[in-house]
Amino acid sequence: MAKADIKVPEMHEYPVLPILQADAMKGSGPYIAKAGFQDPLGYPGELVDNWEDKAVEKMGDLLSRFRSLRVYLDSCVRCGACTDKCHYLLGTSDPKNMPVARQDLLRQVYRRYYTLPGKLFGKMGWQWGLDLIGAKEMNKDVLDDWYNYYHQCSQCRRCSVFCPYGIDTADISMAAREIMDSIGQGQKYCNEIIGKVYKIGNNLGLPERALRDTLEGLEEDIEDETGVKVRLPLDEKGAEVLLITPSADFFAEPHVDGLMGYAKVFHEAGISWTISSYASEGANFGMFIGSYENMRQISLRIRKAALDLGVKRIVFGECGHAWRVAYSFLNTLAGPFDFLDPHYPVPQHICEITSGLVKEGKLNLDKSRNDDMVLTFHDSCNVARASRMGNVPGGQFIIPREVIKAVCNNFHDMEANTIHDETFCCGGGGGLLTDDLMDLRVKGALPRMQALKNVVEEHGVTHMAAICAICKSQFTKVLPYYGFNMDKIVSVHQLVSNALILTGQEED
Amino acid sequence: MWFLTGFYALFFYFAVIVLVAGVGYKIYEYARTPAPLKVPTMPAPLTRGGVVLRLMGEVVLFRSLFRSNKWIWLFGWMFHFGLLLVLLRHLRYFTDPVWGWVALLQPFGKYAAFAMVIGLIGLLVRRFTVERIRYISNPSDYLMLALLLLIGVSGMMMTFVVHTDIIQLKAFFLGAMSFGWQPIPSDPILLLHLTAVFLLMIIFPYSKLLHAPGIFFSPSRNQVDNSREKRHLAPWAAELEKAEAK
Repeated sequence: MAKADIKVPEMHEYPVLPILQADAMKGSGPYIAKAGFQDPLGYPGELVDNWEDKAVEKMGDLLSRFRSLRVYLDSCVRCGACTDKCHYLLGTSDPKNMPVARQDLLRQVYRRYYTLPGKLFGKMGWQWGLDLIGAKEMNKDVLDDWYNYYHQCSQCRRCSVFCPYGIDTADISMAAREIMDSIGQGQKYCNEIIGKVYKIGNNLGLPERALRDTLEGLEEDIEDETGVKVRLPLDEKGAEVLLITPSADFFAEPHVDGLMGYAKVFHEAGISWTISSYASEGANFGMFIGSYENMRQISLRIRKAALDLGVKRIVFGECGHAWRVAYSFLNTLAGPFDFLDPHYPVPQHICEITSGLVKEGKLNLDKSRNDDMVLTFHDSCNVARASRMGNVPGGQFIIPREVIKAVCNNFHDMEANTIHDETFCCGGGGGLLTDDLMDLRVKGALPRMQALKNVVEEHGVTHMAAICAICKSQFTKVLPYYGFNMDKIVSVHQLVSNALILTGQEED
Repeated sequence: MWFLTGFYALFFYFAVIVLVAGVGYKIYEYARTPAPLKVPTMPAPLTRGGVVLRLMGEVVLFRSLFRSNKWIWLFGWMFHFGLLLVLLRHLRYFTDPVWGWVALLQPFGKYAAFAMVIGLIGLLVRRFTVERIRYISNPSDYLMLALLLLIGVSGMMMTFVVHTDIIQLKAFFLGAMSFGWQPIPSDPILLLHLTAVFLLMIIFPYSKLLHAPGIFFSPSRNQVDNSREKRHLAPWAAELEKAEAK
């Protein structure tokens, strides 16, 4: 989509509830995956014959395997609690971007084929009955709406926080995407990327050779800057830690500054570590497409890498959904990890490592090196609402802030209803970080941009730190649309890297 | 007279059977279906005891709804707790002698009907007037509120305006429960009230009213946050692993 097509929503001092505009975001959705991208994941290459029946059948299969889907599809009372909570609704005004309306796209088919009144009215051909209970036959219009609007959900779970029954639209959009994949209508962006992981080991398709060159280049950069030789090892057997990080960390800005930060932290703490070329990806897009099987295959690569390299611990870099899969699902999908050192949780987050070292006083930190910045922190949705750090509930809010405050003098949080578990998505999560959804991404960023603008104006905030590769890439792209510089977004470990004075480093 | 009694006795049996069997089956289905992944909405409790507290907070105080929207919370809470007291008060028509605590509750239960009806009216007005909620409402959402209002208002009519022969009604229910039928009072308001209540019982297992058992089975609210410490594996996922290992 060309830049000219993008209409940036207006920012207000306080969030304003939009007047609904039906079909404002109706469209054909993101690019559909061609056969070549469907095959490696085990999905049909194009829409199968009698896909209507197959879709209904697949829904039944998911209903029998996922309690969440069953309970969530039954329980919604349409109370309206979620209707003003989605960043895409706030940014686009399209009523189908209200979480309940998005869920109802699937629920209407569930009610037709998997509830007694739906079956009865359907069999008798009583349209009034189906209308009464909000049930619909599976047809092309329904599928088009599914494809379009289930790719306008970033699976951020904000609606689930406010739902009196905890109904999670993320789970429902995952199920919808899995159904669509299974009948041959997958999304190109996610499925192409998963194929690359299977073939090469990471989302970017960066082969071992290129990865090695990149890491050597980074070692030189650190040495040029500090005069200290800090290593970024690849495939080193017997290292203590296997670092799994999103592949964006290897080259994208500001991600790569974060990666150099992790390297410096490990170096200073004297922890031997390695990256694996086989499992050179923290991201797991299997989650976005709602596929247990694909999510598991990707996770098993991490297990294999850990076994092959003989490491004792697994540590994850800054990535939101990767940390959800790691923290919440890895043990389920690829466990048990009884071959690792039982003294450490599996896996650990890099922020847990750094915050531990800060508390032990093992890092020589000079906060004033970040004095050119006034920071705020963007809680990434998957870290905030789908995982934890440390030993106490809510540690995922405390630990990154402790790290930032240990390395920076100037920090201000954004408004309370836009942080912690009420944080707003960056607008690009859940498999939507693709150019063909740029208009949606810009609009979805609105609530976060408003909250950022407020702290910029009130506290002179200059930079926003994040611990998610998708957030960082998304903000780099959308910040300019809202009149901010793209380098306003920084990695948390970039700040650590700035402040950390290595042993033997030449002071400037 | 006997026709009316027979009709309502059978209607009563049917409604009870559908409600108990239907909801029972749903609960069985929820319990039987595994939750293969750890998906609590974080921050989540680290212990089972913590989960009990979290669920109590949702069931008794509607905590998440309170965080979301104070108006929906206020009307929703008034309705549900009015309804609870009213239902408990109604136990007196099904027990002989009446349990002591039910007798104590009697005056509160009578006036709780006002909270219930005011809550329902608030919810209905919201459904009509708030654009977002109007958009998501199905005809059945309005009808269910209307049915509940009918139940509440007809009940209040009998409590406060046109009393029915309550002794005879109690005899009818006690009789129906012991299969020795006694005549039902033929007041139209009472018959309307009972018809609406039985209808509600019948649609319960096939409608959104399933939110009542659903909340207890909602994985985002009832799971313990311990995925790093304890491996969580669904039976079908374990089968998948076994099949691969071969």
